[in-house]
Amino acid sequence: MPTSTRHLATAPSNADVSRYALRLGDDALISAQRMGEWIAAAPQLEEDVALGNIALDLLGQARALLTYAGQLEGAGRDEDDLAYLRDERQFLNAQIFELGNGDFGFTVARLLVTSTYQHALYAGLRHSADSTLAAIAAKAVKEVDYHRDHATQWTLRLGDGTAESHRRMQQGVDDVWPYISELFESDALTTALAASGVAVDPNSLEEQVLVYVEQVLTEATLTRPEATVRHTGGRSGIHTEQFGYVLAEMQHLARSHPGAKW
Amino acid sequence: MSQIAPPRPAALWQAVASVLDPEVPVLTIEDLGILRDLHLDESGHVEVVITPTYSGCPAMDAITADVVEALAAVGCHDVSVRLVLAPAWTTDWISEVGRRKLQTYGIAPPSHRGDGPVPVALSVRCPQCGSADTRELSRFGSTACKSLWSCRSCLEPFDHFKAL
Repeated sequence: MPTSTRHLATAPSNADVSRYALRLGDDALISAQRMGEWIAAAPQLEEDVALGNIALDLLGQARALLTYAGQLEGAGRDEDDLAYLRDERQFLNAQIFELGNGDFGFTVARLLVTSTYQHALYAGLRHSADSTLAAIAAKAVKEVDYHRDHATQWTLRLGDGTAESHRRMQQGVDDVWPYISELFESDALTTALAASGVAVDPNSLEEQVLVYVEQVLTEATLTRPEATVRHTGGRSGIHTEQFGYVLAEMQHLARSHPGAKW
Repeated sequence: MSQIAPPRPAALWQAVASVLDPEVPVLTIEDLGILRDLHLDESGHVEVVITPTYSGCPAMDAITADVVEALAAVGCHDVSVRLVLAPAWTTDWISEVGRRKLQTYGIAPPSHRGDGPVPVALSVRCPQCGSADTRELSRFGSTACKSLWSCRSCLEPFDHFKAL
């Protein structure tokens, strides 16, 4: 009996891996949606192109992760069903990804944190016992490397720029900070999957992510805020007020014209 | 009625290898290194294996359709195209021929990436005038795989296929 219990503890169920892939896929999908909103609204033409490209990478990662989540679920749902036909409470992205873009300083601060987090996550997930997740991560880590670099360059430029750019960059960092800790929360799902070598324990990423982000903030003459409030809930489907509007825009066409193709 | 011999894999490979990348139409999918494999089984079914450059590469559907069409043109109609992610594509898989074609087309080819944690910022030569006095305008360019540069010598902008 103890032997089989141990065995069961190390053999992840398809449902668990599916849910894990869905979390990561939702992070990437919602992030892509937010980045895409900048196209034709960024401070420079090059930035429209850059954020559009970052959105495209994230969308590609989301497609692979959602497709895999759907396959493991075994209910016949594909990437489109999962992206377009779920309601708010069924999305498992961390809240940081769904927050409104705010001004460019906030978007840069958020991208610095999320790309650093995804970089650490995918670097670890390359060695996952799950070969599909490992393959997705091995591709994604190289793409996210460029995203992190882009956010780093902007943080330095704005933080160590004019008094106004410094003020707004610091404001962006302050506004994003209460949402960071959710990225590093472990729960029963991630603990079990990490034990079986499938997932990366979110808690194990906190130190390396914060070391990188703080190093960039220091070089950019910015101050690391104190986290007085820690928002959480996204991994269990609890979202911010702004999230419904993201879904309304993203899902409107697919729901109004079911099965539409072009 | 004379028997038509099924095309040999080498001929099939040639047909598929000549498919052009829709976004860099001077390169074939073989030059780019995204054509990974081709299997012909006993029933005459052909499976072609391709890999995307970037996860979000929007050209994969077009490339899949072009592969099917190229095989149909040589008489193969029982075809499937499989997309694989591992091992992850790298610009190091672009052939020497491909690099020369890029250069001639006006896109600076990627530097070899190596295994270092950070891509080393070597100067990129202007594909128009050959000058090394160039600067990066944006890390992200007209497609996911390119960055935007400009040349200080001839003052022309150009695309650089960035190392991945």
